[in-house]
Amino acid sequence: MVKVSNLTKSFGDNLVLDDISLDVKTGENAVVFGRSGTGKSVLLKCIVKLLIPDAGEILVDGKNVHSLKEKDLNELRKEIGFLFQGSALYDSMSVKENLEFPLIRNKKEMSSEERDEKIKQVLKAVDLENVIDKMPDELSGGMKKRIGLARTIITEPKLILYDEPTTGLDPITVKEISELIKELQKDLNVTSIIVTHDLLCAQIISDRAIVLNEGKIIYDGGLENLTKSDDKFLKDFFTNEYSR
Amino acid sequence: MKNNTKEKKPIPFSPTVTSFFEIVAGLTIFSLGFFKEVFSPPYEFAEIKKHIDELGIKTLPIVTVTGFIIGLVLAMQSQPVMSRFGAESFLPSMVALSVVRELGPVLTALIFAGRVSSGIGAELSSMRVTEQIDAMEVSAVHPYRYLVVTRILACTLILPILTLYVNFLAIIGGFIAISLSQGITFHQYIDAVFRSLQFSDLIPGLAKTFVFGFIVGAVGAYKGYNATNGTVGVGRASTSAVVMASLLILITDMVLVKITVIIWSQ
Repeated sequence: MVKVSNLTKSFGDNLVLDDISLDVKTGENAVVFGRSGTGKSVLLKCIVKLLIPDAGEILVDGKNVHSLKEKDLNELRKEIGFLFQGSALYDSMSVKENLEFPLIRNKKEMSSEERDEKIKQVLKAVDLENVIDKMPDELSGGMKKRIGLARTIITEPKLILYDEPTTGLDPITVKEISELIKELQKDLNVTSIIVTHDLLCAQIISDRAIVLNEGKIIYDGGLENLTKSDDKFLKDFFTNEYSR
Repeated sequence: MKNNTKEKKPIPFSPTVTSFFEIVAGLTIFSLGFFKEVFSPPYEFAEIKKHIDELGIKTLPIVTVTGFIIGLVLAMQSQPVMSRFGAESFLPSMVALSVVRELGPVLTALIFAGRVSSGIGAELSSMRVTEQIDAMEVSAVHPYRYLVVTRILACTLILPILTLYVNFLAIIGGFIAISLSQGITFHQYIDAVFRSLQFSDLIPGLAKTFVFGFIVGAVGAYKGYNATNGTVGVGRASTSAVVMASLLILITDMVLVKITVIIWSQ
């Protein structure tokens, strides 16, 4: 589903991603770990062409993202969902309008009644049916994440990219949101790449763990082996994560 | 003795000059994008209408007060000077011509810039730093077309209407000042105003408001759309949008006045 080959990205003199390659298969849930500033979010943004890499190739569903024309890129983006770290809800729109926005533009064949039905359906999925007319600033952090998730899945994408979906939330909400993501993935059969620091979230969601350090992939495999690794960096990183 | 002097690369311009040219080039490219995107579907008519309504309502109270005061103060200030030359009867014409040709368009544009350019700058920069613009782009919506084109178009269309309204109020303001001091009737005043005003006075004044409206929208959107540095960037985008838009309005006015003088004098 996603094939990244020899991806390099730097900002000025700061080399963030250094010749990394990875292959995420259809239906797989890959969790990307790494210290802050190691290029995890940059990787996600390169996959949807929010950032242009210095070198390398990214194929999504067999299409080279960075050589597509605008129209074809937008067609591809309709198949991709992106949950931003801060949810990125449109703050001038109500919850309903936020959810309606991608449907009006990307699912033009849907009637107004069908759209309303779909909105109710995703709100039920994230267990927030009662906030449909609220504005984003009236919602709590956890609620925003859930609505962000609802907006991400409303167009039924084949691939979902999660940028720290549980950051800043309490452990109970982390568990709830992680279980929700897992449940949605099971129901919709999507491929996911999840960037997180959160081991609890990763344990619930992941099929595979990838660790980035200093711009390179230093681990790619199962989560169980990762937490038992003898590698000094991995040991330090995950011991600190656990002890928080 | 060891020479520690490092060989420095020559810098052709100071950072301020370089930054100035970067802004000019950036704003030009950004604004030219409008002409490319404005004709590309999908057309966001609902968004344009929403912005026109919002911008109109937002600026209406302040331009109402300003318009009225411009005419009033202009008449009050000019009266002693005009009477010194025995030209008091030209006062209605002087007020009308000054307002319609220059004061109305420029002052409305400056007020509009202060109110709207900063608003657009703040709104878009806040959307930029909270990744709302990225979210839009990822959901296959062209953010420039949806956010920028609609706002620039709304500004370009609403400013001429606001200017006509300000011109009207300023002429009424002028009447009140002149009628209080000279006892002139409304009929006499309007008659004098319309005898002096020609079509060639109204058109250049109104035409340049389209350009001013474009500047206000484009500068506000440029500053907001390209904001960086989090919340600090939001404040910076908002204030620098007002300064840059006001400056550009005045510079453009100078150029446009010269052009209209050349065109209409032929």
